[in-house]
Amino acid sequence: MEMLKAIARHPSGRIGGAIILIYIVIALCAAFGLTPYDPLKQFRIDRLMPPNGSYWMGTDLFGRDMTSRLMAGIGQSFVVAFVSVAFASVAGTVIGLLSAWLGRGWDATLMRLMDVLLAFPAILLALLIIAIAGPGTWTSIVAIAIVYTPIFARVVRGPALSIKSREYVDAARTFGSSQFYILTRHMLLNLVAPLTVQVTLALAWALLTEAALSFLGLGTQPPTPSLGLMLSDARNLMETAPWLLVFPAVTLMIGILGFNLFGDALRDILDPKTRRARA
Amino acid sequence: MNYVTQRLITFPLILLGVSVLVFVAIRLVPGDAITAMLGTEAGLLTPQQRLSLASYFGIDQPWPIQYWHWLTGLFRGDLGISVTYGKPVLDIILERFPLTLELAILSMIIALLVGIPAGIYAATHSEKPSDLIVRIVAMLGQSTPNFVVGLLIIYFLSVGFGVLPTLGSAASLWQDPLANLSQLIFPAITLGFAFAASVTRISRSAMLDVLRDDYVRTARAKGVPTRRTIWRHAFPNALIPVVTLCGVEFGYLLGGAVIVEQIFALPGLGRMVLDAISQRDYALVQGSVLFVALNFLIVNLLVDLAYVAIDPRIRLGGQ
Repeated sequence: MEMLKAIARHPSGRIGGAIILIYIVIALCAAFGLTPYDPLKQFRIDRLMPPNGSYWMGTDLFGRDMTSRLMAGIGQSFVVAFVSVAFASVAGTVIGLLSAWLGRGWDATLMRLMDVLLAFPAILLALLIIAIAGPGTWTSIVAIAIVYTPIFARVVRGPALSIKSREYVDAARTFGSSQFYILTRHMLLNLVAPLTVQVTLALAWALLTEAALSFLGLGTQPPTPSLGLMLSDARNLMETAPWLLVFPAVTLMIGILGFNLFGDALRDILDPKTRRARA
Repeated sequence: MNYVTQRLITFPLILLGVSVLVFVAIRLVPGDAITAMLGTEAGLLTPQQRLSLASYFGIDQPWPIQYWHWLTGLFRGDLGISVTYGKPVLDIILERFPLTLELAILSMIIALLVGIPAGIYAATHSEKPSDLIVRIVAMLGQSTPNFVVGLLIIYFLSVGFGVLPTLGSAASLWQDPLANLSQLIFPAITLGFAFAASVTRISRSAMLDVLRDDYVRTARAKGVPTRRTIWRHAFPNALIPVVTLCGVEFGYLLGGAVIVEQIFALPGLGRMVLDAISQRDYALVQGSVLFVALNFLIVNLLVDLAYVAIDPRIRLGGQ
């Protein structure tokens, strides 16, 4: 509760939070079919209509309503981003925690494995994974998750190491708490702050990457609406139909901006070091 | 064990891990290279021809042996032969790499030229409207995917000025520097856009931290002019996190070039990797991905070492 108040007081937390909420509502509307038109339905007579009363954001080359497609596209992007970040954060947290807890050989091995994954520029690693599994929604989810797992592992391992050597963990061990209890109750709960910040920033990055992969034709496949695909389709038409370029571009930017703003606010609130810098 | 030795020991280990990962990943790609190379004509091959082709490209042996040949070849600078180009992989990489490198360096220069002054301006005008504007623009910049920037640039150039950035084959930097620059400037802006935003944000917060330090207050108190305090006393120390960021981002610039080269149709390394993946050119993907990862690792190692040189506290820390 106090956390929510702190976010509401923070200007970028307020704006970022509002953007995320609005986007989630839009995505939910699209999921329940509450779009002005069916996003896949082609109104052949109304092809490439500029924005007007019946099609607020115009229509595309096949006469599909852009408003509906954008709403569905937001939904698609959010599903990919949330699912992949969920995978990455769980896998990364488990790896980071185990690495810190088991120490020695385990720590060295796990962390070197993470280093290997981190040695690739993110988009290149994602491309490699897509080359193996073939383009598609699930592949991009897996690719984004694998790229982000080592980052979570690192974010978790550092603080986990320092918590492990605290007195209360020693105390818990001496009076016989199980390892699982200590790991979840004492370590994980204390890692919530850095994890939340990382999750928000990862979501921004995942949205961006999903769009980039779809743009390259390697993510979401047509006819499923996706912001990246719409931008890719707009490439050859942008002189005659600029709305095909502008609306998806702005939608994507504002969505990513929302998560970035929110993540920044969280970091300010949760991190004592930046709190000093702001004071 | 001190930090530097630890880094130097793990470096070849990580590189080995990268090579295994790349090797295995490529072999998990469905479909075989010979069919990918010859298309429908592959159906006309007799089994003997197919075998001899496979042995020519060295893909007829079991994985561990293929890996061993590849690995020992690496030390001789032999990355294998590309199926699609029919040329040694290293030659193709070295042909394509200069363009990508130039693009990365150019976009880094743009990012620093825009980002550092903007960040310092914002820090010295902290909490004033101008600071707020810089911060908003930087935040927006960081939230814009580079292909969106690229598309918008192409749109405004073609609609606003009726010109299209020259696409396709690139002029050489040494033979025709002007044509080369005019060709690369827009891709470089595209690639450097988000980077400039992060440089702005980092240099702003670093500068704010430094400006609050005691020695800056001392300098002010003894009457050093503001301009001199900022540039002579505070700026060099604020630069440290910016240097780190540059090192980390450089690898991402090399990777990000995939998309930008695709939009502007530039014949660089990134676009080649993309094509090689779709054509299942094992040797080429393997070689070029390893090449990019190696560059990335070397840059990161150099940044770490530079960091140690700057900050003695890390030298002993280990963690």
